[in-house]
Amino acid sequence: MSATHTVRLCHLYPQLMNIYADRGNIAVFRQRLAWRDIGLEITEIGLGDVIEPVQHDLYYLGGGQDRDQNLVAKDLIANAATLQAAANAGAAQLYVCGGIQLAGHSYVTADGTELAGLGILDLTTEAGGSRLIGDLIIDATVEGMSQRVVGYENHVGRTHLGPNCEPLGQVVSGHGNDGESGHEGAILNHVIGTYLHGPLLPKNPWLADILLAWALEHRYKKEVALRPLDDLVEARAHDIASARASIKR
Amino acid sequence: MLLKLRPNAVAEYAAGLPHGSMLVSATNGKTTTTRLLAAATRVAGYDLVTNTEGSNLERGIAAALLKGSRCADLGLFEVDEAALASVAASTRPQVVVLMNLFRDQLDRYGELETLVDKWRDVLDDLQAQSEPPTLVLNADDPNIAALGRGRRNVVWFGVDDKSHAIGNREHAADATTCRHCGAPLNHRVVLVGHLGHWDCPNCDSTRPTPAVSATKIDLTPHGQQMTLRYPGPAGSPVELAIASPLPGVHNSYNIVAAFAASWALADRTSRPQQAPAVARVMAETKPAFGRGEVVDVDDKQIQLLLAKNPTGVNQNVRTILSNPGELNVLVLLNDRTADGQDVSWIWDVDWEPLDSRLSSLTLSGDRAWDLALRFRYGGFDMDNVTVSPDPTKALDIALAATPAGNTLYALPTYTAMLDLRGVLTQRGHTAAYWSTDR
Ligand SMILES: [Zn+2]
Repeated sequence: MSATHTVRLCHLYPQLMNIYADRGNIAVFRQRLAWRDIGLEITEIGLGDVIEPVQHDLYYLGGGQDRDQNLVAKDLIANAATLQAAANAGAAQLYVCGGIQLAGHSYVTADGTELAGLGILDLTTEAGGSRLIGDLIIDATVEGMSQRVVGYENHVGRTHLGPNCEPLGQVVSGHGNDGESGHEGAILNHVIGTYLHGPLLPKNPWLADILLAWALEHRYKKEVALRPLDDLVEARAHDIASARASIKR
Repeated sequence: MLLKLRPNAVAEYAAGLPHGSMLVSATNGKTTTTRLLAAATRVAGYDLVTNTEGSNLERGIAAALLKGSRCADLGLFEVDEAALASVAASTRPQVVVLMNLFRDQLDRYGELETLVDKWRDVLDDLQAQSEPPTLVLNADDPNIAALGRGRRNVVWFGVDDKSHAIGNREHAADATTCRHCGAPLNHRVVLVGHLGHWDCPNCDSTRPTPAVSATKIDLTPHGQQMTLRYPGPAGSPVELAIASPLPGVHNSYNIVAAFAASWALADRTSRPQQAPAVARVMAETKPAFGRGEVVDVDDKQIQLLLAKNPTGVNQNVRTILSNPGELNVLVLLNDRTADGQDVSWIWDVDWEPLDSRLSSLTLSGDRAWDLALRFRYGGFDMDNVTVSPDPTKALDIALAATPAGNTLYALPTYTAMLDLRGVLTQRGHTAAYWSTDR
């Protein structure tokens, strides 16, 4: 049986940016497409690689350790124009944890060094004094729909949004972007940045399906219907994570 | 309590030990290695004061010293990775054994890189002592090797036998770039996680040649036989056969590390190592609490394999797969403080090789449904999978699915193991853990 549709995923630096189970997000993309008889082609980008323009419908960048993230930051800039053009063309992009920091304009490290980012999301990040760690629950709004999203956060960066992007959601429990604003993540058209891992997508399949719908729309220039799936296991894990987060630990 | 009343208690007691102290730290294997090293030093005639598993922070070491330092002449302490700085500062050790660093409980430690940097500061601090300690370091972990680069007083250990290599670095491998120059490392041989034979294609960083190494390893489901090579009295290499009931290549590293440390101690104190006696006591050293111990339950057996982090569980999966036939497996995931509250690590484990061999899979613990998601998105046949968050019920379900005469393989996180042990103790199948032999 050959798939009638295929999504082309560009996975940025999977060897270096994979610390908080980013692999789980990729598994969700693959399986939720497979269960609907839709194919997934993955292109992995490593240090020094050039991203081919226009060839991908979905981009993913996860989180890494500081040292690896600094290596990636320098390398990524060479691909900034390609990634910006893809975002402008409506391709879906998901930036998680270290990813959201690199998608912004800049990251200022603890010693004051400023690292340039992609500038695709209108935000800046600076290192804070302490790590923001723990269960994180937000009420996310995407395409006018609102849903509770659960996960875990662990970051030293404090992210501040500019006027040209919206927060992905409002913090219900946890720290979010900076521990103060009540904002979590960022969204601009089909580009999403977030600190939520755990990983993010297995317990929040709603968000996965939105990203996949955007990717299919980018590829086929029209809406491709995604058959609903039986998400009972996802719902149970979501509700238990949500209950754990409301217990102060 | 003791530390509150006498903040320098550890330093005072440790200073009174005639042969000083040995410290053992690692992400994985420190408990088992400390057990092996305790046996190896006792048989060489030392009177040990040592801490027991689960008390590897400074207060646990203080308690051990308070109890046992009067009649002891040597301290041997398993040290939590994050506590190495404070314990090293107060004990001023003679021998420091550093075995590996893997990603583990990221919510507690922050990043692995941060730990490597802290350990470097510890070694720099110790180097300034009037008599710097002997460092017993794993040549096969690129991060540990970088810590020893350019230092004297290093005894390198490693595994030279390449026959147990896996095809690629595991997904959970962390040390993928050169600490010295940042270039992607070349792993010629991968044995466990990112442990193996490596070099940097861009600079002169390369795996140091180990002085103490396993040159041949034969694995069985219930242990291993090893040929170990180490420097003899005249400096020429000597070979020694060691048998051990500890399974897996990860335990090969523990055995080699313990032997190397006892060799380093002998070199330092000019008291003979008694190598044949060391080999004999290692053959008698059984798995530590929950690290592969087997419990009889009526006409079946349960093997307890503590599930701590991706690299550790990957080793457990390899151990389970080395058994013939269909497999019955119970995984228990809790997210309490001692387990790590961030359960995302289960996604980094390579569970997939189990799929085609499973007869039954039972999932339990506070976060049993997160496990169910992991296996669902791993493409497992979910008809074989039962989810039961209550550990007692899950144990009954898993045992019922295990045929008579067979083994149930249980992989619990730390607090889930305590829960499971509690049930087994209550039913009279095993002694309470505080009274088992250590
Ligand atoms: Zn190098």
